[in-house]
Amino acid sequence: MARSSSGSRYEIGSTRSVVPMNKRMRGSTTAASVVLILLTGIAAGCARREAPVTTSPTPPLAAPPGVSAPAPPGPPSRVEEALPVPSEPIAEDAISNRSLDALNRDSPLKPVFYPLDGADLDAEGRAAVTANAALLRRHTTWVVTVEGHCDERGTSEYNLALGERRAASVKAYLVSLGIGPDRIRTVSYGKEFPFDQGHDEGAWTKNRRAHFVITSK
Amino acid sequence: MGMTNSQLPMSQPPRWRALGRLRLGDWLGVGRWELGVAVAALAVATLVAGAAAPQQVPEQPSEVAVVISGDPGTPPRYAVPDFVAVNPEAAEAARTMSRVLFDDLAFEREFYLIPRDTYATIPAARTADQIPFNAWRELGADAVVFGVVERTGNNVRVEVRLFNVRTQQSVFSKEYTGSQENPRLYAHTMSDEIHQQQRALRGVARTKLAFSSDRNRERMVGTIENRDVKEVYIADYDGANPRRITANRQLNLTPVWSPDARAIAYTSYRRGYPDLFVALIYEGVQQEPTGGGTQNWLPMFSPDGTRIVFTSSRDGNPELYIMNRDGSGVRRLTNHPAIDSTPTWSPTGTQVAFTSDRAGQPQIYIVGADGLNLRRLTTSESYADRPTWSPAPFNEIAFAARTGPGYDIKVYDLATGVTRRVTFGEGSNESPSYSPSGRHLAFTSTRVGGVQIFTIGRDGRGVKQITRDGNNRTPSWSN
Repeated sequence: MARSSSGSRYEIGSTRSVVPMNKRMRGSTTAASVVLILLTGIAAGCARREAPVTTSPTPPLAAPPGVSAPAPPGPPSRVEEALPVPSEPIAEDAISNRSLDALNRDSPLKPVFYPLDGADLDAEGRAAVTANAALLRRHTTWVVTVEGHCDERGTSEYNLALGERRAASVKAYLVSLGIGPDRIRTVSYGKEFPFDQGHDEGAWTKNRRAHFVITSK
Repeated sequence: MGMTNSQLPMSQPPRWRALGRLRLGDWLGVGRWELGVAVAALAVATLVAGAAAPQQVPEQPSEVAVVISGDPGTPPRYAVPDFVAVNPEAAEAARTMSRVLFDDLAFEREFYLIPRDTYATIPAARTADQIPFNAWRELGADAVVFGVVERTGNNVRVEVRLFNVRTQQSVFSKEYTGSQENPRLYAHTMSDEIHQQQRALRGVARTKLAFSSDRNRERMVGTIENRDVKEVYIADYDGANPRRITANRQLNLTPVWSPDARAIAYTSYRRGYPDLFVALIYEGVQQEPTGGGTQNWLPMFSPDGTRIVFTSSRDGNPELYIMNRDGSGVRRLTNHPAIDSTPTWSPTGTQVAFTSDRAGQPQIYIVGADGLNLRRLTTSESYADRPTWSPAPFNEIAFAARTGPGYDIKVYDLATGVTRRVTFGEGSNESPSYSPSGRHLAFTSTRVGGVQIFTIGRDGRGVKQITRDGNNRTPSWSN
């Protein structure tokens, strides 16, 4: 931020737009990283291309090529809004072209994490589901399975029900966001499929989750 | 917890370490009675054993001659030397049978088994009239088993006799013939028959365990992640002769035996979601009583085998349902927005114990099979699951209770309302299942790394590791 204040308007814009992405990255796993890498790659590409321009004293030239001609004064806020726009079709193509297996291996859909013995969505969980809902709205043919997973600290038997409840809470929230219930299946795997085989809090945190799998597209 | 001091097995010296230190509590497998009340305890033991096998008529003159007793207040001391091989081809079977019989007789803890390595000084007998009874007597034996094995092609003929060392008379004499394929089965049969004759006890040597295992280390087909397949297996009660029951390369969990031990109901994800299947294991038939389309798990056969109670989310959240074995007549047993799961039948089939988190954390509840008279059982546990109702004559429910980072097996006595512990924090211990006699429990433990199946006496003594290969969960003990 301090750096951007000494740069041009375009740099200010690009820096700001990257900040929320970083926040999201911190809160999620590598699942969304492909999209992010694409976005940051584009941003970086733009920045590189525009780098000489930023030294020029004429701010309007700093606008990226894909932006619909803004008002000549070029207020910085407009430029930031516009930045993600060119990235979207590119990202979508990248996603659409990938096979189901490739998609799920490095999923654009974010997992939801839970506290011990809990099945309710917290603010972070709701944000993740909201982001997933946005992707599902964009890819209208996708059908997803929400898998409920638990850590090894619950019993095998009860965890089957707890995982079911975790998956069901995600489905309910997705439906409340307007996603058709017929596009969402749920299944509980209890503690049978831990994501991290470890036996510490780090592993348990990863294993208490609702995991999204795209089952058809 | 209502534990008595004698129920702390970890603080006890190893079982049978020295003859002079035997306690009656050890012998009876009850752990409450001290030598001082030996006579009273003997009377109780006779009553308990009598209730377990009502066909046994106690205290008849002929029986006094047949039953081999030990010194007052101590269990009879048994010696099981290697069986005699009539021909060289029978040597392996003879060796196996005598060793398995030794373990089987030790398992019930009704007899003290004189360690095999002390037999070396005693001359081996080729025939019954060569048995050196005086030498066995010097070793402290009350009873000695004498077996002869002959192999003819693929068949074996086994002759076994149990001698009273004092009277030098045979009190048990049997001959078995059949395939030589599974010599262990002959030993198991002898053990069960000796326990029946000598202690009026239904032994478990011929029972089996069903469980879920990843021992094949296969990965799921057509999956996105690298996930281990879990298949249903059965094995003898001592873990020998493991056999795979399912082969669908998916998740197959929570197998339970039908009362006739010919079928196994289990939870399978072969359709991508949990559903119930029944495998008729001797016919190779798979039945799907719920018919697909709904998510169902954790089945349990009723004691008469005609009904199955299970957990299902078909109405929106996990509830209990009862159906006939063929899937007809489904009716809902519970109705609560919380989780209701993990049902088990009472021995008479009139009640169901289950797990519910309606009070916040998972606790054990009981409800009538008609859905009425629901009541909470556990009140002093932070987390309790997998209730398992004991068979008669015991009237208790075993369950897994959170006791720190992991779980321990506890037993709730329905008559007194007292809870006692069976395991004591060695690893995490879950999924108890009673033997048909109610004297033992199978459970899973992480005490040796991975998840393995163990058996233990209902008094917490006599822990025995059953599985060693891969991870093995949710045992069910057959009748």
